[in-house]
Amino acid sequence: MATVYIPTHFRRLTGGQSKVTVDAADINSLLGALDEQYPGIAERLLDGDGEVKRFVNVFVNNDEIRTLQGMATPVGENDKISIVPAMAGGAVLRRRS
Amino acid sequence: MARLNRDQLLALARREITEISPQALQQRTAAGESFTLIDIRERDEFMLGHIPDAEFIPRGFLELQIEQAVFDRTAPVVIYCAGGVRSVLAARNLKEMGYENVYSLSGGFSGWVNAGYEFTVPTVLNDEQRIRYSRHTLLPELREAGQIKLLESKVLLIGAGGLGSPAAMYLAAAGVGTLGIVDFDDVDVSNLQRQLLHGTKDVGRPKVESAADRLHDINPDVNVVAYREPITSVNALDIIKDYDVVLNGSDNFPTRYLVNDACHFLGKPLVDASIFMFEGQVTVYQPAVPELGIEGGPCYRCLYPDPPPPGEVPSCAEAGVLGVLPGIVGSLQAVEAIKLLVGFGEPLVGRLLMIDTLDQSFRTLSIHRDPNCPLCGSQPTVTKLIDYEQFCGLPSNNGHEPVLAIG
Ligand SMILES: [Zn+2]
Repeated sequence: MATVYIPTHFRRLTGGQSKVTVDAADINSLLGALDEQYPGIAERLLDGDGEVKRFVNVFVNNDEIRTLQGMATPVGENDKISIVPAMAGGAVLRRRS
Repeated sequence: MARLNRDQLLALARREITEISPQALQQRTAAGESFTLIDIRERDEFMLGHIPDAEFIPRGFLELQIEQAVFDRTAPVVIYCAGGVRSVLAARNLKEMGYENVYSLSGGFSGWVNAGYEFTVPTVLNDEQRIRYSRHTLLPELREAGQIKLLESKVLLIGAGGLGSPAAMYLAAAGVGTLGIVDFDDVDVSNLQRQLLHGTKDVGRPKVESAADRLHDINPDVNVVAYREPITSVNALDIIKDYDVVLNGSDNFPTRYLVNDACHFLGKPLVDASIFMFEGQVTVYQPAVPELGIEGGPCYRCLYPDPPPPGEVPSCAEAGVLGVLPGIVGSLQAVEAIKLLVGFGEPLVGRLLMIDTLDQSFRTLSIHRDPNCPLCGSQPTVTKLIDYEQFCGLPSNNGHEPVLAIG
């Protein structure tokens, strides 16, 4: 079972869990299995073409999947998968008067 | 044991040590040989002038500190003093320590100057600074030269909020000579849970003003330059161009893309960080600067080519943030800035540090330059600053009107 690190933004969908384990052969099936376990994740992660959204990075161990084999990147038993969305933090958008 | 008088000892040392004349040193250096020069005179002598690039290790500390300056026992080392006497005795001791290619400069510094060669008058720490920065100068990675570099450095902080607070305070304490702060916000009571630059008495004041007061209190050496204005496509290049390193503590996407692009165009290293609830990210975007031999790493656009649609990623104002978290993350930004300014250690270039304070995990992920990056790729499409509100799907303001507060 690979370990998936869930970013804070998505923990609402995993009942607050920051790490979950998923059994899958590649990233494509891993994200599918994740969405089955925790419905809504795929929608947050993937665009209309089934690719990872451009403001999200998915890493297998230390490396981003775009530098590997994309959605077809194989996932091993002990691999650590990190989902890293862009974070901006806590600014209040407002107009200065 | 043989009893030697001063002249006999010197004669003995001269037999064992090779002396090199200023002329020979100059010629061999010009021909491409490299020597580590060690100036072993007293501090007040060194302060009046020294051979360029010489390391200063006073005679009394030579044996104790030489291994930090010259690790390789086979490296050619030239020791010099004022007239070439102390250096012969010193060189003999280094030979005894196993330094194989140690020379004494005949005639010493006076011989060098009389031969008409160039020398430099060093910037040195004054007495108060020597005490203030003593815990830095003890570190072999900094020493006095590194501390002087910090005093001569300029760091720009985008935002005097959660991340900017600890970063600015530690950089001021570290003696970074000039700290620029961009922030047009006023201090609000809700800031005080995490923004330690500001106190309860500062509520309602411009943040740049309370920041300047706090930083001068920490270290009067520091020159604080306040920009009480938002950073926009109109002023960004003008503000950033005078600084050595930029720290991004802004909390919105348009400013992140703007600062990334501006730093790329100006070749300035950007220490970027962001925080959310209990989680933080830190990395260094180092643009390639071929003239300086800097290969560079990925930029913000390599990592996140498109911004999230507005509303897709909640803000700290909506979701909250643990007050200590920016303290950790902003302090790490200060560490990266100091490493970049002085030039030691391995900066977080091409690495993204992920911090989760819930399980106290620190993980480092590799990030790569994207050859198709619209900014730093081989066929760039972003060639000047753009309208970043529009790029991020927010109401356009042509880069003129300030719309963004910094948290
Ligand atoms: Zn890039």
